[in-house]
Formats: sequence, structure tokens, C-alpha cells
Amino acid sequence: MGTQALIRFEDVEKVFQVRRKAGRLRRERHEVRAVDGISFEVPRGEMVGYIGPNGAGKSTSVKMLTGILMPSAGRVTVAGIDPSRERLRLARRIGVVFGQRTTLWWDLPLRDSYELVRRMYRVPDARYRANLDRCVELLDLADLLDVPVRQLSLGQRMRGDIAAALLPDPEVLYLDEPTIGLDVISKAKVRDFLREVNAEHGTTVLLTTHDLTDIEQLCRRVMVIDHGRLVYDGGLAGLHAIGDSERVLVVDFDRELPPVEVDGVRSVRVEGPRQWLRFPASASAAPLVARLAARYPLVDLSVREPAIEDVIGRMCAGSQGL
Amino acid sequence: MRLYAAVLVRGFRRYATYRTATLAGVFTNTVFGFVIAYTYIALWRVRPHLGGYDLGQAVTFVWLGQAMLMTTALFGGFEAELIDRIRSGDVATDLYRPADLQLWWLARDIGRAGFHLLGRGVLPMAAGGLFFPLVWPASPGVWAAFLLAVALGVVISFALRYLVALAAFWLLDGTGIVLLASLAAIFFSGMLLPLTVFPGALGVLARALPWSALLQVPADVYLGRDTGARLASALGFQAVWAVVLLGAGRLVQSAATRRVVVQGG
Repeated sequence: MGTQALIRFEDVEKVFQVRRKAGRLRRERHEVRAVDGISFEVPRGEMVGYIGPNGAGKSTSVKMLTGILMPSAGRVTVAGIDPSRERLRLARRIGVVFGQRTTLWWDLPLRDSYELVRRMYRVPDARYRANLDRCVELLDLADLLDVPVRQLSLGQRMRGDIAAALLPDPEVLYLDEPTIGLDVISKAKVRDFLREVNAEHGTTVLLTTHDLTDIEQLCRRVMVIDHGRLVYDGGLAGLHAIGDSERVLVVDFDRELPPVEVDGVRSVRVEGPRQWLRFPASASAAPLVARLAARYPLVDLSVREPAIEDVIGRMCAGSQGL
Repeated sequence: MRLYAAVLVRGFRRYATYRTATLAGVFTNTVFGFVIAYTYIALWRVRPHLGGYDLGQAVTFVWLGQAMLMTTALFGGFEAELIDRIRSGDVATDLYRPADLQLWWLARDIGRAGFHLLGRGVLPMAAGGLFFPLVWPASPGVWAAFLLAVALGVVISFALRYLVALAAFWLLDGTGIVLLASLAAIFFSGMLLPLTVFPGALGVLARALPWSALLQVPADVYLGRDTGARLASALGFQAVWAVVLLGAGRLVQSAATRRVVVQGG
């Protein structure tokens, strides 16, 4: 194999048959194309964000990666294995965390669930102890190991689940909303931990999330999926260019003025002496400021970066017509 | 195999953590034992040797029933949890783990049954023994045969309920079938009345169905009614049902997995 691609999607499709009520007794069958021809490769050791609106096809893709779902067409390969054909063989090499589901044993202390993970994945003793120590330290689990899972808070449980997924040293880690419902401190802890695992062990991470801060802090590469299609695959910075995003210059003048007229910006809001001016994210702010300062009594200014949510929202809204 | 042994131990421990609930359960079993024992006494006074039992055996049957009610889970057990996981889709997380779904739940349920035999079996039986002249097995051999019959009963009970739970893959709402299965278990296990009491075709049918392995068969082994060749055929009857039902569970499991994997549930 020439390439180091660990995860490979080749023209993958997943079509669901859905029955819909069409009359008192009549049911109409129709097709839902949850994934509609997606191709990508993820090399070993990369951390990739996999994002898109609800119902875009993210979970369906992750399920195909784990082998829980079989593609209707195309080919999925993970670590050289066809997931749906050899689900159990692959299972020993991947870790999965579904933020809203737990694999921990509800009534028993966290430690018991880990003990079962050790047996299930046949983790050698020394390895297990080293991994557990690391997880306990980085995820702050020391006081939680002997607490029954039902008594853990959401953030604690999530950390517990992430540790469970990482104890067997998976080559690939799929995270589905790993920070959902967590407070700021827990989120930071989880992100630091993931960064460390990726850097130290070269674990390949595929991250599905609605919290774009996760992506901004962890992933250099982002894939945006919408209506079952890959609408963007590249660096975080490139998202802005593609999404036609605009930055906003907030300027304060020394008095109330009519909307400014300067090339390259347009005034979108006026509030007393303050005005909001939009300009393309790709343009440099400095010459604009110089031009403004030359013609208007400028007192103060600040530049606001476009929120990545808006960029993606615009991108997905735009693709709807396709 | 060590994985499933570990799961079994956790299945046991999981119930052992709820001590108050266990004591409350023992109390309930004992109260019911008294109520049903007096009912049987009234019945057997009118019809001595009903179903081939004398009064002492009939009362012992009652207390055995209370002792085994939880062990062979006549009111149901894990299936509610598994059905929930199927309905919510959480079962997907069970499928990508390198463990067999049926063996996993079987190990859990045997652990649970082990706890219930000790926690919910021994005490009610002892309480019954204090107030009623119960029959006790004459030899260690009978005790051993009884424990084997109970173990097979536990496996059959699991296998039946596993099939019930898997039905949720197709039905989505498992409430109806769980209720039906639980009613069948209570009636056809002999919990209401020993199956030997039922006459004719109903009796033959009841004794041939797998539920009879949950109480009737172990109770007859305990009472020493089955010895020698009859004992072997009673245990063989249980073993055959255990194999058949576990096998059916495997078939349905792979159909259910295929359904999820290919169609997406």
C-alpha cells in the first residue's frame, strides 16, 4: 500500500427504505439517501472534524465505519478491513464514544467496567495498568474509580466513557459529540486529553460534533457534510474563503454620521456614532482602515471574525439547491 | 471465556449492591409463601394426594416456588433493559464490541440468578421451614441433582426471555410480548398450581413446554419424585430445551443483526 490512508470511503452511499403513511391503511415506500456518494481518505495519525447539520448523514457514516451499517454502494475500508464484513475483528482496533450513549455498567463502580474492557479487548496487564494510570491522571478519574456509574455527573460519565474507549489502545477513535452537555472545564479537560492521545500515540481521530470550538481547537482538517454529500474537505482556514464569509469592522466616529461610503465595505448597521461595516474575510483590514481614517473622524475600531457556525450554515444552506 | 466469567461475577455483584431491596424482596416472598401455603393446605385437605403430592410435598412445592421465583425470573428480568437498548438504538454500541451479545447477557443473567438463589431463595425457604413441616432432600445426590435442574432452569429461562427481547427488533414495542411471556411463565412453570394437577391434554402440553423446566422439573427433582431413569430423562428434557432455545436465540440474533446492519433497523 503506497498511501497511509487508515480510513477510506470510496463513493459510499447508504439508502434507507422508509415507509410513510399515505392513507388510512396505505403505506408509501420511499427512499432516503442518507449518504449520497462520499469519498475521502484519512491518513494515520490525523485528527479530522466531521461536521454538518442534523440529519446530514454524519452518524450514518460513523455507523458504516464501525460496521454496524453496511453501505448500499461503494466501499468502506478501515485499517484494511471491510467493517461490515469483519465487524468483530475491526472492533478490537477501534474505539467509539457516542456522547449520548454509555457503554459503562450502570450499577457498578467505574473500575468494574474497565476490568470488563480489559478482558473484552484482551489488553495485556502491564499495558492496561499504564493506560489506566494515564487516563486516570489526564481525565481526573482518581476519585471516581470506585463510584457506581449511576452516581456520576454527565461530565464525569463522559470522561469515564472516553477512558473506556482508549484503554485498549485503539488505532482509530470515533467520537460522536464527546463534549455534549459538558461544562467549560470538563470540555477543556476532554480536549486536552484528546490532543495528548493523538500526539503521543498517533491515534487517528474522527470527531463529529456540533460544538465547533472542539473542531477549532483540535482539528486541522474539517470535512463538512450536508444532505449526504461532502461539501467541503480541507483546512479550517479555507472554510472561510469557500463559505464567502465576511468580517465585520465595528467603528466609532466622534459624532453621528450617515452610513459611510468607502470602496470594499458596506455599512450594515448604524447606532449613533457607531457603525458596523462588512467586508470580505479574504480582504486585508489595514488598507480599509487607512481609507476610513482618511475620510472620517475615526475614534475607535475593532474587527470581528466570522463565526464558523455562520460559515457552515451558509455553506449548507447554499448547497440545498443542488 | 474469562470475559464471560468476569461478566457473570459483575452480574452477581450488581444485585448484591442493593441489600435493602433484597431484604424487602425476602419479606414479600415469605408473606406470599404463607398465603399460598394456607391455600394449598385448604385445597389438599379437601382433595388429598391431588396431583400425586401429599400435603407435606404440596407445601414444600409452595416454598420452592417462592425460593425460585426470582432465580428463574418468572416475572421477567433483563429483557426489559435489552428491549430498551434495542428501541433506543443503544444496542448498536453493543454490536461493535468484540463480545457475543447472547453470551454476554447469558453470563449476566446467570450471575443474577446466582445471587437470587442465595439472596432470595435461601431465606424464604428457611422461613417456610420454621413454620411448616417441609420435606428436605434425603441425600447429597438429590441436592446436587436439584441444583443442576435449577441451573438448567435458569439457562432455559434466559433463552426464552432472550427470544422475547429480540422480538423488539421487529415489534419495537415489547410491552405486550413481555407481559404474555411472563403470564406463560407463571402458569406453565407450575407457579400457580403444580402441573401434575392439570388433567388430560392440558397437563401433557403443560409438562412438555419449556416453562415446566423453570419450577415443576426442579421441584420434582427436589421432592425425590424423579430418581434413576426418570431423573435422567427430566434433566435430559431440560438440556434439550436449553440447547434448542439457545440455538433459536442465535438464529434470531443473527437475523436481527443482519436487519440492523443491512437495513439500518
